[in-house]
Amino acid sequence: MRSVKKALPPLAVIAVIIGIWWVAVVASGSVVFPTPWQVIAGALELIRDGTLFEHIGASLFRVGVGFGIAVLVAVPLGLWMGWVNGAYVTLNPLFQMLRPISPIAWIPIAILWFGVGDVSPIFLIFISSVFPMVVQTINGVHTIEKRYLRAAANFGVSRATLFRQVVIPAAIPQMIVGMRIGLGVAWLVVVAAEMIALHSGLGYLILDSRNAGNRYDLVVAGMIIIGLIGLLLDGMMRLLEGLNVVRWRYVR
Amino acid sequence: MSANDKIVVDRVAKSFATDQGTLRVLDEISLSVGDGETVAIVGPSGCGKSTLMSIIAGFEPPDTGSVRVDGREQRTPSARGILISQNGSVFPWLTVQQNLMFGLNGLALEEKKRLADHYAEMVGLKGFETRYPHELSGGMIKRAELARALVVKPEILYMDEPFSALDALLHLRMRNELLRILAQERHTVVLITHDVEEAIHLANRVIVLSTRPTTIKATFDVPFAHPRKLLSAPLQALRTAILRELGVDTESA
Repeated sequence: MRSVKKALPPLAVIAVIIGIWWVAVVASGSVVFPTPWQVIAGALELIRDGTLFEHIGASLFRVGVGFGIAVLVAVPLGLWMGWVNGAYVTLNPLFQMLRPISPIAWIPIAILWFGVGDVSPIFLIFISSVFPMVVQTINGVHTIEKRYLRAAANFGVSRATLFRQVVIPAAIPQMIVGMRIGLGVAWLVVVAAEMIALHSGLGYLILDSRNAGNRYDLVVAGMIIIGLIGLLLDGMMRLLEGLNVVRWRYVR
Repeated sequence: MSANDKIVVDRVAKSFATDQGTLRVLDEISLSVGDGETVAIVGPSGCGKSTLMSIIAGFEPPDTGSVRVDGREQRTPSARGILISQNGSVFPWLTVQQNLMFGLNGLALEEKKRLADHYAEMVGLKGFETRYPHELSGGMIKRAELARALVVKPEILYMDEPFSALDALLHLRMRNELLRILAQERHTVVLITHDVEEAIHLANRVIVLSTRPTTIKATFDVPFAHPRKLLSAPLQALRTAILRELGVDTESA
């Protein structure tokens, strides 16, 4: 009941925007820009002929692979750089320099190296999501409170126990923050990457709908679907914050 | 220094570099703690009590001098002496049971669990083994920390203002708990506190420190059996004498 009440104001805002949009299109008599109803009809058309799910599947596949590889690289690398000061001092300046380069700037190089198949967007997603996750993991290790490290030293536990029971669990909340940022960026980038010479994915859907006959109803439908899936992905990452091993970080 | 000494602190000195130059914190402190003895070290705030404790427990090296435990120089912390400090260090991401099992190396899982549960019960945390610290009260977290220290059967407990963060009533209750546990298991205890009442409640001997650079100002024996009546005349007289050493005159107040 309370969650319903909380959902009411944002839903009301969305309803108002849809209303203004509808009125504006009808009043201006635009023949190109679609009304909300035309967008829904367009989306239904894509669902009926099955292409919508193909595009969604293709985009999610690329994000899943690229983001997955990024997690597998970023977590060990971040833990290592966070724990071993020499590694941090040596590699951090390089990372800080690579990090502000927009993933979009990598597109020409991605095409040069990997062509126009699935590998290019996967590479771009990897590049875009690996840096925030490395940075947050390092930060998670650096901010472990000294009293916990002292306690571990006091009990004289093995290195394996120290990592498994102190360093990693202490850094997990920051890792999750990094994963949320990383996945958000990955989803932004996949759409942009798919606008370059591919034949599937939501980015391709949007560009192709415009190029093949000014189907702006499908363009807007694609945008809304991207937004909804992005919301869903973030919601999934937020579920991780509810895990018992990280709850301590959020309750006070 | 007798043969029965568990801990010998021998002319320990420590300075810190600051922007204004070198700050001498500890000035050649020597003391000893007998096996099974509880020694309280009291001093004004900022006198370097915690620095002294860090050095005694092996977390920091002294500039000069040495700390010997059982005749061997102590340079690093070890599980033979566990530090319990004011802020506590119960791991918030582990359950009570996992926290208690943390320091138990080289035992079978079943044995670790049995020991953990035994000590959880001893400190009154039976039934809370699977809870996380954020689900417990401040006093219960302190008990968990005490149990985690006791379960590894340390010879020495280093207690640095262990109960200062608790309210007065809980503070008194935890002191009684500690005495009950110490009566069951023999430990050597070094207690750092600014609370004179706590010192004379728990310790066999009270060492009073001066302000910086810290030296030992006076030592008082507390030759009373437990349970102690804190409001009895001899204990009140002792309290007044210790407070006078700390520069607080309670009789004229």
